[in-house]
Amino acid sequence: MGERELTILIGGEAGQGLATLGPILCKSLVRAGYYVVVTQSYQSRIRGGHNTFAVRASVDEVAASGEAVDVLAAFNEETVGLHRGELTPAGIIIADGAFGVEGEDVLAVPYEELAEGRYRNVAALGVVACLVGLDEELVAGVVEGYFGKKGKAVAENREALAKAFAWAGALEPRYRRPLAAVERPAERLTLNGNQAIALGAVSAGAKFCAFYPMTPSTSIPLTLVVHAEEMGLVVEQAEDEIAAINMALGASYAGAPSMVATSGGGFALMVEGVSLAGMTETPVVVVVAQRPGPATGLPTRTEQADLEFVLRAGHGEFPRAVFAPGDVEECFHLTRKALELAQKFQGPAFVLTDQFLADSFRAVEPFDVDGLPPVGSYAAPAEFAEPYARYAAAESGVSPRLLPGMSRNLVVVDSDEHTEDGHLTEDLDARVRQVEKRRRKENGIRAEVVPPVYEGPAKAEVLLVGWGSSKGAVAEAAADLGGNGAKAATLHFPQVWPLVPEQFVERLREAKRVVCVEGNATGQLARLIRAETGFEVGERVSRYDGLPLTPEYILRELKT
Amino acid sequence: MVKLEDYGKYETAWCPGCGNFAIVEAVKKALVASALEPHQVLFVSGIGQAAKAPHYLNANVFNGLHGRSLPVATGARLANPDLKVIVQSGDGCNYGEGGNHLLAAIRRNVDVTTLVHDNLVYGLTKGQASPTSEEGFVTKAQPHGPTAEPFNAIAVAVAMGASFVARGFSGETDHLAGLIEQAIAWRGFSLVDILHPCVSFNKVNTFAWFKKRCYPLPADYDPTDFDAAMQKAYEWDERIPLGVVYRKERDPFETRFAPTARGPLAGQEVDRAALAKVLERYA
Repeated sequence: MGERELTILIGGEAGQGLATLGPILCKSLVRAGYYVVVTQSYQSRIRGGHNTFAVRASVDEVAASGEAVDVLAAFNEETVGLHRGELTPAGIIIADGAFGVEGEDVLAVPYEELAEGRYRNVAALGVVACLVGLDEELVAGVVEGYFGKKGKAVAENREALAKAFAWAGALEPRYRRPLAAVERPAERLTLNGNQAIALGAVSAGAKFCAFYPMTPSTSIPLTLVVHAEEMGLVVEQAEDEIAAINMALGASYAGAPSMVATSGGGFALMVEGVSLAGMTETPVVVVVAQRPGPATGLPTRTEQADLEFVLRAGHGEFPRAVFAPGDVEECFHLTRKALELAQKFQGPAFVLTDQFLADSFRAVEPFDVDGLPPVGSYAAPAEFAEPYARYAAAESGVSPRLLPGMSRNLVVVDSDEHTEDGHLTEDLDARVRQVEKRRRKENGIRAEVVPPVYEGPAKAEVLLVGWGSSKGAVAEAAADLGGNGAKAATLHFPQVWPLVPEQFVERLREAKRVVCVEGNATGQLARLIRAETGFEVGERVSRYDGLPLTPEYILRELKT
Repeated sequence: MVKLEDYGKYETAWCPGCGNFAIVEAVKKALVASALEPHQVLFVSGIGQAAKAPHYLNANVFNGLHGRSLPVATGARLANPDLKVIVQSGDGCNYGEGGNHLLAAIRRNVDVTTLVHDNLVYGLTKGQASPTSEEGFVTKAQPHGPTAEPFNAIAVAVAMGASFVARGFSGETDHLAGLIEQAIAWRGFSLVDILHPCVSFNKVNTFAWFKKRCYPLPADYDPTDFDAAMQKAYEWDERIPLGVVYRKERDPFETRFAPTARGPLAGQEVDRAALAKVLERYA
């Protein structure tokens, strides 16, 4: 017996340890066999403020965060005031007895008896873990994984955990919210979107990343740094984003599959470099983790408002591919695909994620490492016309790319319009030939588009259309509508450029009511669909308050 | 044996009498003297008349964006430590648009030779002040002269402890070739500020103006003496010293990256066993 799902919200100030305890709780839940979806909400400050780490844990596979809270673990008094209203009728508040918070729903914990100051976090973790039915040894194992197995702190942490479990274990049943038992599953990974992007890139042979720190993208290079030595990767913090993308292009030109990761403002600085990648036909993967703008906006919140920006970024015309992963698995696989396309078609490929997905831990089935298809570099082909010309005419538009210094052939690339051998030119006929050569690469990119995914009955009464990180929320909202008897379906775009209308336009036309669900104010995907297909999406659900789309939000908006 | 002819001869887009011609000749001589073959060398340039220079000899070339040569060169060095990487661009590119990258490259001590064609004026955009233009230098854009003090690249580089700082003059071509050869051989970042006339847009700092002032640093000058170097860095109005102004050995940037130390990153396969281990840590 027990709950099929629970949402546990840990709230407190920055610096109180949420960023450590949250992942430990997640990993414990995943190891115990539950699925999780994490929503992290934090403020742009190092200490103080109000941050939350919400885990929706479920026996069944879930892909969206929920709004209602079953267990509220408050690290400060403010958390209680701010989130009490989100509690389900049976919800409980776990708070330090010292706060003096009262109520039927309050479990006051005597933390001063359970642990010394700096170990109280682990004690709090122990209380929560015990009440939701996690095994003490399992949690202790995860804690050890984070803090190591030796040293005084480890023993103190273990003791705090033991005391917390003992104390919580002796509580009367009304405080317990155990999750229903699951059979111990095959091992799953606990990964957030940014970790999956970094690991996907490494698995696809990325060898170089330059970056300038910017929330919410920074954990991508930080994950790469952790694995750089063992995976043979060079990661460098650049002096600015302009340098970052130019370094990546220099490394890529010299043969290292390269990437950069940034957010809106940093990407704005990279834009000239994007155009340079287009002109010099240099492969590069650009990850843009969106946050609300304009300008500095809400630095630590989420939004999907840079679709058109990324789509149009860079002066002049050149081909590109833009991926928009909808979950952690897609972060991994679409980053691999972006690496592949960048190398194959010699230019920029984008991965467009956002703060919600970047920080959202999920339970992920392990990747089949040996089964992952190798990602080719497509450089240094065995055959090419002599004398070598970097931009030699090619039916596919893809000219043979040699690497400088790897043969006696000279590799000349230029940001100016150039001749076939790469030297700058003002020969306007040569210009036309190069424009057309670059454009021919669009055909190859279109042929490899990851098609949008339609789920649900044909000729839907309601078709919810979305892209990127809203995938889970949109799916769950449709499932809810379906459960209430409506013929509801979803259309999710894991790739937002190029669009191939034949892949989806019929689905739009045959649906009775089409609603585009987007985390922006103006309906950027809806506008793109109209531009590419002529189909006018009739309705929109928009969210631009900095919070992620949830099934509840979508359903509320649909009613109004 | 590498010969001067291996580096070819090209028609240029420069004005007759431009100092850039002599610089290209000096660069070719230095490359031959360094026994480097064209395919072993990568030139990275930005935008400007000087930035066109790499198009006028045989080598690998990445002619990128205005001011952004150094980051491209840094990336290329990290990806392939076997490449001899030379940045060649003007004073606007390196000291103006790309100033932040110059500071960063000096701090990193990336093993790149940076040749700055310094003619104290913007040529390609037709005669505006450059970061090194002197007080009172009147242009259409600066009718009362530049509104800011000239940038003293030598002083900045020495002050930052750049590992190799030199100044040459296009009118002393053999001397310049010798400086470039030393810079290429130097292990770490090397800056060669190359004074040269712009016959079209700089009527003040002409060939004769430079010729009158430039003199080689004496044989007993000690380029490892920081104080002496700072003093020489500020010599300008009456006499301008040519030669290696400052030198300081430091480990190059590239040595801090284990994968780069193993050789070119291209072709280093994904180690699947290592990847499996990495992924296991997330279980």
